[in-house]
Amino acid sequence: MTPKRRQKLFVILGLVSLAAIAVGLTLFALRANINLFFSPVQIAAGDAPFERTLRAGGMVKEGSVSRDTETLDVAFTVTDYVDDVEVRYSGILPDLFREGQGVVVVGELTSEGWIRADEVLARHDENYMPPEVAQALEEAGYSPEDYQAKAAEVAKRMEAQAGDDDSRQTN
Amino acid sequence: MWAFIHKLGSPKWFYTISARLLPWFWAAAALLIAVGSIWGLAFAPADYQQGNSFRIIYVHVPAAFLAQSIFVAMAVSGLIFLVWKIKIADMAAAMMAPLGAAMTFIALFSGAVWGVPTWGTWWMWDARLTSMLILLFLYVGVIALRGAFSSRDSASRAASVLAMVGVINIPIIKYSVDWWYTLHQPATFSVTSRPAMPMEMWMPLLIMVLGFYCFFIALTLTRTRSEILRRESTKRWVRELAGEGG
Repeated sequence: MTPKRRQKLFVILGLVSLAAIAVGLTLFALRANINLFFSPVQIAAGDAPFERTLRAGGMVKEGSVSRDTETLDVAFTVTDYVDDVEVRYSGILPDLFREGQGVVVVGELTSEGWIRADEVLARHDENYMPPEVAQALEEAGYSPEDYQAKAAEVAKRMEAQAGDDDSRQTN
Repeated sequence: MWAFIHKLGSPKWFYTISARLLPWFWAAAALLIAVGSIWGLAFAPADYQQGNSFRIIYVHVPAAFLAQSIFVAMAVSGLIFLVWKIKIADMAAAMMAPLGAAMTFIALFSGAVWGVPTWGTWWMWDARLTSMLILLFLYVGVIALRGAFSSRDSASRAASVLAMVGVINIPIIKYSVDWWYTLHQPATFSVTSRPAMPMEMWMPLLIMVLGFYCFFIALTLTRTRSEILRRESTKRWVRELAGEGG
């Protein structure tokens, strides 16, 4: 490589790294806004605004869905396995809405601490399987294990975050 | 090794060598995509929750892979062109851009179609979807920038710089689902980790991904070859070739 080419290479790589750092810092500063939804932990910690449209996300707690027999009203609990938040919604739920599955709800957090949802979106995880496999897993008592693993992961992340906050306060 | 790369940088050599590789890539692409789509769309089992709409994965994931890989390939070609002045790299980069834009569009479109039955919405401004939309704009920007200059050299340099700066978006797309809360789920298909689906679902997906890559290579080689002839039309070897054929 001639010295001139080497110099050019370094200049280009330097400029691209500077641009990458700029973008990285911007995204880091905006991280709260880039997150699509608040998790129940954040809502419990008081990070979410009251009476303003927000999105909250998590898992539909098993056994928490209660439907009104006369109307389309439905209430359920969204959990991240650390904290819970109650959601009330009136309307048609997406096909994938299920207990133990992820959801994102769009609505307002009332001052009593529950969410009046205008829209419920289903999240799904990255695992796909044929119905027979899912059934076999369930019969073998395996499916909750996934959720437990997930819960442990979330709890760990929250702990790490809490640790960050503590260190920031002491600074 | 270096001698081979330098020879490959010469349009004439590239033209000769690519002619030998080309039929293999086209054949592999046709075979893999045919097998993968028939297997994936007709024979792979349906998902336990999504049923048959899950089959969109066999188009969505390969298209999204290619959309990102082509941008990286374009940026690397741009770097090679700017530093080493190898013209073939610039021609290849110019020929890749429209395919990359098309793949990004397919990924976004198939994702929207998939989103309606599964999520209950076709669009959400979450980090993954938004960064993918930015990728589409970057592709359009690279194509437009190339067309905006009357001098080919300035156009090539501007497009290369934009591709190299734009490549910052690629890790953002890839890790958006891990860094932030998104509606989009984390990656299903990874070469390094255990597949998140059983073999009879995963194999057709792997075949489709490989087929799409072969298609990309075959199409880029074919288009670069015609671009070589166009740009080098005054050179003696091209004239001789044309004389031979006509």
